[in-house]
Amino acid sequence: MLKINQLHKSYPIGDSSLHVLKGIDLSVEEGEMVAIMGSSGSGKSTLLNIIGMLDEADSGEYILDGLPIKNLTEKKAAVYRNKFLGFIFQSFNLINYKNALENVALPLYYQGMKRKERQEKAMFHLEKVGLADWAKHLPKELSGGQNQRVAIARALAANPKLLLADEPTGALDTTTSYEIMAFIQQLNDEGKTILMVTHEEDIANMCKRIVRLRDGVIMEDKKVEQVRAEQYV
Amino acid sequence: MFDLDLWREIFQSINMNRTRSLLSGFTVAFAILLFAILFGIANGLQNTFQEAFGTDANNSIVIFPGTTSKAHKGLQVGRRIQFTNEDREFILDKFEDKVQFITSKVNRSVTASFKGEKNNYELRGVYPEYMFIENNVIKEGRYINHNDLDNNAKVVVIGRTVEEDLFFKETAIGKYINLSGIQYKIVGVFTDDEGDSEESVIYMPITTTQFVYGNNDFVDLMHLTYNPEMSSDEAMAFGNSIKNSLKDKFDVARSDQRAIRMWNMAEGTKQVDIMTTSLTFIILIIGFGTLIAGIVGISNIMIFIVKERTKEIGIRKALGASPRSIVSIILIESIIITAIAGYIGLLIGVGVLELVGPSLKEYFITNPGVSNSLVVGATITLIIAGTIAGYLPAKKASQIKPIVALRND
Ligand SMILES: Nc1ncnc2c1ncn2[C@@H]1O[C@H](COP(=O)(O)OP(=O)(O)OP(=O)(O)O)[C@@H](O)[C@H]1O
Ligand SMILES: [Mg+2]
Repeated sequence: MLKINQLHKSYPIGDSSLHVLKGIDLSVEEGEMVAIMGSSGSGKSTLLNIIGMLDEADSGEYILDGLPIKNLTEKKAAVYRNKFLGFIFQSFNLINYKNALENVALPLYYQGMKRKERQEKAMFHLEKVGLADWAKHLPKELSGGQNQRVAIARALAANPKLLLADEPTGALDTTTSYEIMAFIQQLNDEGKTILMVTHEEDIANMCKRIVRLRDGVIMEDKKVEQVRAEQYV
Repeated sequence: MFDLDLWREIFQSINMNRTRSLLSGFTVAFAILLFAILFGIANGLQNTFQEAFGTDANNSIVIFPGTTSKAHKGLQVGRRIQFTNEDREFILDKFEDKVQFITSKVNRSVTASFKGEKNNYELRGVYPEYMFIENNVIKEGRYINHNDLDNNAKVVVIGRTVEEDLFFKETAIGKYINLSGIQYKIVGVFTDDEGDSEESVIYMPITTTQFVYGNNDFVDLMHLTYNPEMSSDEAMAFGNSIKNSLKDKFDVARSDQRAIRMWNMAEGTKQVDIMTTSLTFIILIIGFGTLIAGIVGISNIMIFIVKERTKEIGIRKALGASPRSIVSIILIESIIITAIAGYIGLLIGVGVLELVGPSLKEYFITNPGVSNSLVVGATITLIIAGTIAGYLPAKKASQIKPIVALRND
């Protein structure tokens, strides 16, 4: 699914620069569910963003689904993001003046899908996350858990191969977190590859593999026995 | 090309962010409102000028003889200069291409009577060309012609007021009028838009006047119009060269200011020209300034809007929006807001001018207003302005890295 080789990234800070990723090697197969852990500032989000083509590495190799990702034009990057990737963020990142249905339909709009088809498909995904009745509601009228489910529906709408989640449960209480995790596990069961950043051990243990970062390198990469989230819901 | 979905996106954005849209729209509308009113007022001022000077500002030069103030070529100071018929020919010979119409003139005051009615009028002995110089309009009959001059014919053309005074409801054409004891046949009645005093005048062939009043070829003054294509500077120079040639002809010192006097309309025309030019200049500056201010204003607002929408743009990009689609939504939104708000501002401005326009007459503002072509021009300019104003911010927005946009929460 994806392969990363000797990936480096630093940020300029004033005159000096901050070396955040110092040679990451990582490969993820289709159908995996990987948790990326590490202390705050260890570069988890940076890594995820590079994988998501939201950011660019300074050096190193990154191959996504057989395609080398290097020096992409903005236009190409937009197409890849739209086709391959679905994003789930800690702060949901829904567009506040669009209702749930419109938010979910947005990636489909950028795929050039017809309006009617778009809305049907978006509705299907909203139903899947159990929010069909909330389709016409604006994000501010929904709870955090509901908003995250809208965001998941949106990430799924374009049927991406890879789902990237940066602390998807970070803003939610434990019960809601488990609900969301149950969803994500279900998606993984259906075959989606999932990469998620998390701080919480219990959430990480609901994945199938845990990658730990420290000081810009991977210090541990191990498979774990997946804890099912349904049992806590 | 017409992408309904794109427009739906844009209208949703305008509609769902009403305060923002209204605020930026208000700025634009206000700028254009100001522009329309200033422009209208400037136009009104110009109209006033044209009304005050424009109709009078014809291309006349009047030349009067005077008395010498300097001794010259052995001739004494205080010599009276007398023009004669020959001087008209002299000017025509010398400046034919620059002269449009020229007439010599003899002025007398006469008592005119018809049947029992009697009154005093100004009598002018003139050439037929005088009619064009004075812009007289023949109401009935004809004007004086060269035939009358050749034959010293005892015919006159009378002003409308003279006809009303002496003939009441009768028609004057063909009747004989008595001027200081001599009967003249009335061949025409004229009108003059300068009013009563110019219509209380009797015209006579100049040769007849000279024959009856003195039996000489003396001329009181000469009146000519110059080629209207001349600029006021050229016309001033032309006046001076006539003056100089006449001074030479009458053996008058070039520096003598009293012997030959001249009244040249070009002087006034020149001042009106300067006035009009500076007004046009002011109007241009106003227009340009408001426009620039408007563009800068919209641009600022758009930059602000883009800043406010940074996160949204980042989200859209993460979902697969191409840079072009980002440019489109920002740019078209800018154009729509500018065009609609600007047009509203323009309408209000025009409305205000219509409303208060008539009461501004006492402030030297006549018919303030903006022309249709200006409205069309302004609308097109607005759309262009919206494009210019929106382009940089839109370009900037499209270059936002999604990661930067998503981080700042
Ligand atoms: N655009 C940037 N400019 C400068 N420094 C940055 C930038 N983005 C991230 N950093 C720095 O890089 C380091 C890694 O950031 P990153 O966001 O990847 O950490 P993280 O592991 O996700 O942390 P957290 O758990 O707090 O989210 C941090 O020290 C951060 O301050
Ligand atoms: Mg992070």
